[in-house]
Amino acid sequence: MTVEAGLGIGVDVGSRTTKIVVLRDGEIVQAHVFDTVPGHLPEIRRRLEPWADAPVVATGYGRRQLNGGIGASVVTEIKACALGAHRLDPACRLVIDIGGQDAKAIRVTPRGGFEDFELNDRCSAGTGRFLEVMARALGYDLDDFCREAMKADRAASVSSMCTVFAESEVVALVAQGEDRRRIALGLYQSIVDRVYPLITRLETDGGILFVGGVARSRCLASLLRKKLKRDITVPPNPQIVSALGAALVAQKIRGHIT
Amino acid sequence: MSGRHAGSSDDEKLWAELGLDVELHRRVVESISANYARQVESRPLRPAGMAYFDGVIHGAHGARAREIMARKAAGAKFVGTFCIYVPEEILLALDAAFLALCGGTAVTIPYAEKHFPRNLCPLVKSTLGLAYSNTCPYAPLEDLAVGETTCDAKKKTWDVLGKDGGFHVLEVPQKKSPAGRRLWLEEVRAFAAKIEELTGNTLEAGKLAAAIRLLNRKRRALARLHDLRKGSLPPISGTDALVVMQASLIDDPARFTEAVERLNAELEGRAAIGRSPFPPGAPRIMISGCPAVLGNWKVHHLIESAGAAIVVDETCTGTRYFTGEVAETGDGLDAQLEAIAERYLGVDCSCFTPNTERIENILRLAADYRAGGVVQYILHACHTYNVEAINVTAALKEAGLPSLKIETDYSEEDTGRLRIRLEAFLESLEFRNDG
Repeated sequence: MTVEAGLGIGVDVGSRTTKIVVLRDGEIVQAHVFDTVPGHLPEIRRRLEPWADAPVVATGYGRRQLNGGIGASVVTEIKACALGAHRLDPACRLVIDIGGQDAKAIRVTPRGGFEDFELNDRCSAGTGRFLEVMARALGYDLDDFCREAMKADRAASVSSMCTVFAESEVVALVAQGEDRRRIALGLYQSIVDRVYPLITRLETDGGILFVGGVARSRCLASLLRKKLKRDITVPPNPQIVSALGAALVAQKIRGHIT
Repeated sequence: MSGRHAGSSDDEKLWAELGLDVELHRRVVESISANYARQVESRPLRPAGMAYFDGVIHGAHGARAREIMARKAAGAKFVGTFCIYVPEEILLALDAAFLALCGGTAVTIPYAEKHFPRNLCPLVKSTLGLAYSNTCPYAPLEDLAVGETTCDAKKKTWDVLGKDGGFHVLEVPQKKSPAGRRLWLEEVRAFAAKIEELTGNTLEAGKLAAAIRLLNRKRRALARLHDLRKGSLPPISGTDALVVMQASLIDDPARFTEAVERLNAELEGRAAIGRSPFPPGAPRIMISGCPAVLGNWKVHHLIESAGAAIVVDETCTGTRYFTGEVAETGDGLDAQLEAIAERYLGVDCSCFTPNTERIENILRLAADYRAGGVVQYILHACHTYNVEAINVTAALKEAGLPSLKIETDYSEEDTGRLRIRLEAFLESLEFRNDG
């Protein structure tokens, strides 16, 4: 990144939440995280109003909608996530990104590009949506779900990966009198089992960054560390990494124009 | 070709006459036409010569079937095929009408799944579905179907469909050993005898030589079209080139060849002035793996609408179909049949073990067409291409060529995810270009 001057805005329209990062001269001056709801385009417009002249780059699941809606340039979340991760930690060579509806692993180059990536299959198994549904089935909110899981003495075995089948399995386990904490830990463990092959297919040395909304779960981060036997860093605001990457691209656009 | 508008009342009369399900058939044709309009006809800067091939696609369920009926009325036999391993020279020399019956539409798949396991490849299921849903105008016209042993799904399908006869199965060997070569030559001879028996005609060296010459001319026309795509600004999109290849499997060989030659003349003119559907510097992509038959433009559309140029398909609806000519020096029937067997055994289908020549061919094609990346296109449950992709990926990696493997079927439900993967792959090529 040679051009850092001026403003750049990145918008990451995820399946569950939308993230906006405003960069000025390479520093984050604002970060927004809000729910992606039907008709959220006016909300994005409203939040971008104070920055009318700044170049905007969209990424994520809804990036094309923004491309039509506000004329933003578009990059894939793979590129945006790799760039954002590189900015946060130049030593990072692998990003694990688990969001609302997908899980991905990206091998990052020393210059912030990406060489290879793996995405989960087409369903939401092992993602944020899976956790939300399971927490509800156990009667926890998301924070409690994580905290309680970490108190479990051992994990209950949950064999279904599918969100729908796993929910039935959880209901059955509760009915059989299984400890809720153990079930919670078992569910986190099943996500780790699901994501593990994505990561190992990219075998790499160097730093690992864990990002996306699901990275806020300390329980999952600690289970991943154990499984990979590697140190994994979770940045302070793991949800905004792809929006940050998109904002870096936006800044570069402005750099080319002037 | 007349009858450009698919699903016209003429077509519906024909379907009724053939005893087909007219209502469902209309849906199948409408679905194919809608995809074709969206994914092919809407592309910018198409060559004028594509109008002929648009006609072939639109006439696949109408005009072409009427043509086959006319041939039959004049005494010809009609043979349906499912693979580019079928020696077309023999069919042509014995005056049989023939075309490939492979299905590329998702609409008919549920009708196959009623009887067959779901985890078969979409090409086999779509083809079976056309038959089971009574929406294939060629099925009632068929005097013989020719199957082959290039995959387990097809091999056992012939047992089911052909249990009351009407099928001839070519045994394609699994190894290109001396024994495999002897077997294949025997199979080619037996095929000739079978078609002689079916048509009541006798194979003559003169007619076979003429058929060999015509089909070699067809291959040369397709090879020429592909040569024109090697330049820095290809004059035709990969999607349109695929349409030409799809038409090659169903159209009358002589008329088709002339249409390709006319298209080539136009493309030479376009190449000379740099007229191309692609902007300069568009990433050059090679497709490798499974065929995309008529009705299936899904992945080509996704790649080219993301801004890349497909420059070559290393598939059965690509180079595999036209690469290698039948030697025209063969003197007498024995030598001619040997030359035919030799040419077809050169096809590097993934059913062979080992199949190192395919990997050599992939690397050569990628260099010839100056591909910047390779998309390995695998149809669900196509085990041979899917497993072979491991060696292909390793060879591409060693050659420094980025590749992406995608596994998909004919449904639209995975297009969002595919688009992300393809766009990210194209972005990663930019990074590499950045140094």
